[in-house]
Amino acid sequence: MSVIKLGVPSKGRLMEKTFEWFATRGVTLKRTGSAREYAGAVEGAEGVELVLLSASEIPRELAAGRIHLGVTGSDLVRDKLADWDRQLAALAPMGFGHADLIIAVPDCWADVETLEDLDAVAHAFRTTHGLRLRIATKYHRLVREYLTREGVADYQIVDSQGATEGTVKNLTAEVIADITSSGETLRANHLKILSDGMIHSSQATLFAARSADWAGLRPQFEKFAAQLGVDAGAI
Amino acid sequence: MALKSQARSTGQRILQAFLAAGAQEVQPDILQPAEVLLDLYGEDIRARAFVTADPGQGEYMLRPDFTVPVVQAHMRTGAEPARYCYLGEVFRKQDHSGAGRAIEYQQVGYEVFDREDPAAADAEVFSLFNGLLARFALSATIGDMGILRAAVEGLDTMPARKAALLRHIWRPVRFQKLLKRYAGISAPPAGRAAVLAGARPEAPWIGQRSAQEMDLRIKLLQEEAQCPPVAAEDVARLDALFALSCPAAQAPEALRALDIAAIAPAITRLESRLAALRARRIDLDAVQFDASHGRSTMEYYDGFVFSFAAADPDLPFVATGGRYDALTRILGQGAEIPAVGGMIRPGVLADLEAGA
Repeated sequence: MSVIKLGVPSKGRLMEKTFEWFATRGVTLKRTGSAREYAGAVEGAEGVELVLLSASEIPRELAAGRIHLGVTGSDLVRDKLADWDRQLAALAPMGFGHADLIIAVPDCWADVETLEDLDAVAHAFRTTHGLRLRIATKYHRLVREYLTREGVADYQIVDSQGATEGTVKNLTAEVIADITSSGETLRANHLKILSDGMIHSSQATLFAARSADWAGLRPQFEKFAAQLGVDAGAI
Repeated sequence: MALKSQARSTGQRILQAFLAAGAQEVQPDILQPAEVLLDLYGEDIRARAFVTADPGQGEYMLRPDFTVPVVQAHMRTGAEPARYCYLGEVFRKQDHSGAGRAIEYQQVGYEVFDREDPAAADAEVFSLFNGLLARFALSATIGDMGILRAAVEGLDTMPARKAALLRHIWRPVRFQKLLKRYAGISAPPAGRAAVLAGARPEAPWIGQRSAQEMDLRIKLLQEEAQCPPVAAEDVARLDALFALSCPAAQAPEALRALDIAAIAPAITRLESRLAALRARRIDLDAVQFDASHGRSTMEYYDGFVFSFAAADPDLPFVATGGRYDALTRILGQGAEIPAVGGMIRPGVLADLEAGA
């Protein structure tokens, strides 16, 4: 029998919270084998197979149709996939893994509160330094789309895969765009959020892949969706 | 989508027509130095260029368009006046999927560098394109960034505001927000008044931007706060100008009716262009004049702009072009030559041919 493949983050709090979310809906997900082995099992639902993956790989696996369903952050899906909603359907926000993708500037910049200020500073910075204002982030697409939509110019995106808050002090960027939940790391690094610098409010979300092979899986998907309390009509 | 070979043969046909019109063919490299050139493009092309690196020679990009390399070649060696044509691939990353979103496609183009008679050169390019595209029943639209720029330059307000508005003429969203701010329609940020009065956060100074740079900007903001708002009627006139759309034959009259004194010379230039187009038997009732045409798509065009579009809104423009005097000034490092040109996408044309 063919099965619905469900991709779930393979470790950490995101995995635990996902397991809890399914458990409260009568579906038990668990890792099997040793703690280091990425194998899993599903109890309480027919024809569903658990696939443990890195959260950052789940968008790509969904887009490729290699898994039917997947749990990951809505920020990752938007950043990694072009036209994400043509490729995936968001079945349910899951109420955890909250994080905001924001734009932050040095706290000492008294004259900068908004994107309008940032844009003006970017222009002056380019004139003075002969360099476009550098924005450090790993969310290239989301940041660029947001700034394009808002009509901000004279910036450049520099890639930062970690410790992004430190890039300003280390003189590798002037501004950052990163996810934050409490804002503590930002404060500790003397950064402040622009008042209109909220790019995306992310949370863990259950997605379905439009391009996955759903042939013959419809009845068991509808049953599974009903059990989870999500709308099967979205896909 | 048309096969590459079909697109190429359509492109060759157009290239021959450009050669027959007196252009000299140029073949810019596919790999262009990234650092210098990327800076000249707007955010749109810049973000979409495929950038790669050579271990010895540094960063290169796959040619995202021809105009900049053609201008560069002309500035290095060109005699005046000059006419150039080209045919080849350009490469652009696509953030969205769908028809007409090719990452590699051909452009065939024609560029005129001539300081004698700009109106005649504008008309020459447009009518050449119009003739080549006549049988495809496309809709032609023209505009003029020069009129918009003149209207902004003529505002009764401080030069820094005008400069900021001019900088964003290609980004309507930001332009509109700035205009609202300068007109006193939207309020300054909450903390602004305190900062202007001298309040500073207790935070260590970090980053490359210096405290002097901040002081300089705060001084400018203080001057700005003293400057009276842009008059509501001037904002209304600008809004009416940006929204203006009518057959080209009626454009001068419609523009005069807006009662914006500063655009009078630009309207006169538009009239000579329209006269030059009429002399080339262009039916100006069939060409649309759209004052905002080119605002959100065609950064580096700063005067006359035009496009030819198919009826299917999912298809990209079949042809676009315009005047880019300022670009020649930047690339010529002081030397400048009025330049106008445009490009046709033979792939889109081949699709239309196949469908016809």
